[in-house]
Amino acid sequence: MSEAVIHDHDSHDDHHDHKPTGIGRWLFSTNHKDIGTMYLVFALIMFFIGGAMAMVIRLELFQPGMQYVDPQFFNSMTTVHALVMIFGALMPAGVGLANWMIPIMIGAPDMAMPRMNNMSFWILPFAFTLLLSTFFMAGGAPAGGWTMYPPLVLQLDHGFPFLIFAVHFLGISSIMGAINIIATVFNMRAPGMTFMRLPLFVWTWIITAFLLIASMPVLAGAVTMLLTDKYFGTAFFNAAGGGDPVMFQHVFWFFGHPEVYILVLPSFGVISQIIPTFSRKPLFGYASMVYATASIAFLSFFVWAHHMFTVGMPLTGELFFMYATMSIAVPTGVKIFNWMATMWKGAMTFETPMLFAIGVLFMFSIGGFSGLMMGITPVDFQYHDTYFIVAHFHYVIVPGIIFGIIGGVYFWLPKWTGHMYDETLGKWHFWLSTISVNILFFPMHFVGLAGMPRRIPDYNVQFTDWNQIISLGGFAFGLSQLIFVWVIIKCVRGGEKATDQVWEGAHGLEWTLPSPPPFHSFTTPPQVTDATAHS
Amino acid sequence: MSDSHGAYFIPEPSRWPIVGSVALFISFIGGGIMLNGSGFGTFILGLGIGAVIYMFCGWFSDVIRESRGGNYNKQVDISFRWGMSWFIFSEVMFFAAFFGALFYARVFSVPWLGGEGAKLATHMFLWPDFESVWPLLTTPDMSMEGIESKFTAIKEIIPAWGIPALNTAILLTSGATVTFAHWALKKNNRAGLCWWLAATVALGLIFVVFQAYEYVHAYKDLDLTLNSGIYGSTFFMLTGFHGFHVTMGATMLLVILGRSMAGHFSANDHFAFEGVAWYWHFVDVVWLGLFVFVYWI
Repeated sequence: MSEAVIHDHDSHDDHHDHKPTGIGRWLFSTNHKDIGTMYLVFALIMFFIGGAMAMVIRLELFQPGMQYVDPQFFNSMTTVHALVMIFGALMPAGVGLANWMIPIMIGAPDMAMPRMNNMSFWILPFAFTLLLSTFFMAGGAPAGGWTMYPPLVLQLDHGFPFLIFAVHFLGISSIMGAINIIATVFNMRAPGMTFMRLPLFVWTWIITAFLLIASMPVLAGAVTMLLTDKYFGTAFFNAAGGGDPVMFQHVFWFFGHPEVYILVLPSFGVISQIIPTFSRKPLFGYASMVYATASIAFLSFFVWAHHMFTVGMPLTGELFFMYATMSIAVPTGVKIFNWMATMWKGAMTFETPMLFAIGVLFMFSIGGFSGLMMGITPVDFQYHDTYFIVAHFHYVIVPGIIFGIIGGVYFWLPKWTGHMYDETLGKWHFWLSTISVNILFFPMHFVGLAGMPRRIPDYNVQFTDWNQIISLGGFAFGLSQLIFVWVIIKCVRGGEKATDQVWEGAHGLEWTLPSPPPFHSFTTPPQVTDATAHS
Repeated sequence: MSDSHGAYFIPEPSRWPIVGSVALFISFIGGGIMLNGSGFGTFILGLGIGAVIYMFCGWFSDVIRESRGGNYNKQVDISFRWGMSWFIFSEVMFFAAFFGALFYARVFSVPWLGGEGAKLATHMFLWPDFESVWPLLTTPDMSMEGIESKFTAIKEIIPAWGIPALNTAILLTSGATVTFAHWALKKNNRAGLCWWLAATVALGLIFVVFQAYEYVHAYKDLDLTLNSGIYGSTFFMLTGFHGFHVTMGATMLLVILGRSMAGHFSANDHFAFEGVAWYWHFVDVVWLGLFVFVYWI
């Protein structure tokens, strides 16, 4: 193998489109497209595993009283649903899009460190094997919430070290992935691809990568302290030894809040590509988009305690974190208005990616507004730990992030496969998802304000009607996602041949390559000018 | 490498990443089983760590071979620089979590338990006889009569101006010697490079030995252990992770010393040396933070 490695560079042109074959192509891959594909497929599988857990939750909550699962298992469902969706579906999907698109968007031959790229991916299936294996252990799977607050989480039995190690493992993957993206964007841009000519998706991903590098190690530190508290007698989160359980919440949310933006910024990047394409106008306020994204990321390190307003902080802390949280609305507003201004007087068409992008715009804003409500400290005392919170972050995550990622998949699927997807099925997928997601999450605001607590398998009879509607919306949303799988499989297997540009309004380097692009794209870097740059 | 020509080097498919993932997987399984109380887990953990070491050796052998083969041009070199610097930054953030815990304990949780600020009720109803001091030798639950504490009381802490000060001098000196090695390398003075590097490794090892001695002393004579409340927790986790990083850094320096002796580096082509030197300086800076905030003030 090493011989081949050394000679690769001299014989580069000879096997320009030589693909490795068999299982080795995937196991040993150093190709950003193959690794991107693996990330995306993995994310889709985890999306359905996490989704199945959500279905169990909604089934149990269809009626008051205990029906199908015992409370411990219900709590495992809420906890592991979150961990699987955040670390297994959303983050890998974002990284998958980055892997596929960043090198071809900036005119690079591949990621800067292709072998490390492979390891970032292959850690994931093993890490989730560790996490999901806890279901079969004494004491069951983690059930204390994905935030792993002590002392509750320390009650977890045999699964505990596996939970902690899975988090460490995922952290290693994320940090390596983030380092790779930074090195790629800073060092691999084609001549003329200046920073202010980068497609916005690339910008959002560099900023995400910095967030990852700064926050994932802090999570690793926090869970390490949990581990030593349980097994090695330390007292970090034990007041009897001079520590404080609330300290965990501070350290955790120092990671956790940037994590929110780690999840959402790639989705913002995707819709910043889609909206100009189908509005047939350049993105409005490109520079302000870049600065707004960077501001959001920077501010995200100073707002963490708004997740813990009710925990008993000093008044100064409550006030500081309230104002800091409010200030994030400013750059976020800049982005929302820029997307709307991009559409203003555009020659718009509404293909599936555009529908999903507009869905993000509308429904992320709903989540954003309820976020503003909860950012107000005194008001949050009512919302805290109710279904209002669940409604808020699911609006942000499902129609805000998942819709963005799905939109990106529809947008780039013709580029990846060389075939157009089935537009009719795509539209069905969008409309069914959009209707069901609102039936699913909007009534959660009502039951939340009425006082229904989150993470409890039973509820007061007064909440029954809304919960039944919520559950029906949930099942409909889950079923609608099967259409997505069908569209993808159909598109991979065949369909109308896609052109290089795919979409009439598409601009940027990725649309200059054939669909599908050759195995090794841009072995000689293209020259980028203002005319060929994305914006 | 910097004068090599041609396109950016994209390695052929490699088995090391998947070997690394499996190796870490085995280690974590072993660690988990071990912590759940089965000695069999320790065996699996050992197996996993062995596999991790095997992966590192194999992967870096490939990288060294590629580098020697002239495959890395200037641009690849820059990728490595970006990679190493942000890796070090991620390590800084890891330590930041533990420094954060230390500051939180000193500024908030211990004074609050002692009734400072708005926490009078906390103090009165949890451990009314507890007095907030730092270093915290006895934990809050020891102030209550008739209740057996989960923790052990510290007899004495390690003063800053003994071994820790000596260790500070040793690490700062090692920072200088690694720079002298770099200067020698830039003048293509291989003997100078090797001797200064050897001195750096030696200083690193002396540091680790002193640290180990200090740990034995703390456990045997001072009752300062991981189990002695928040002081022991922050003390051992911070110095322990630092000591582990020094050991890693010294191992990396040792590899670089071997490569220097084999003549792998030239005055204008030696990123491996620089990356390890950066790492060494990072370990050094973390120690300064430890010396000031853990030992001294």
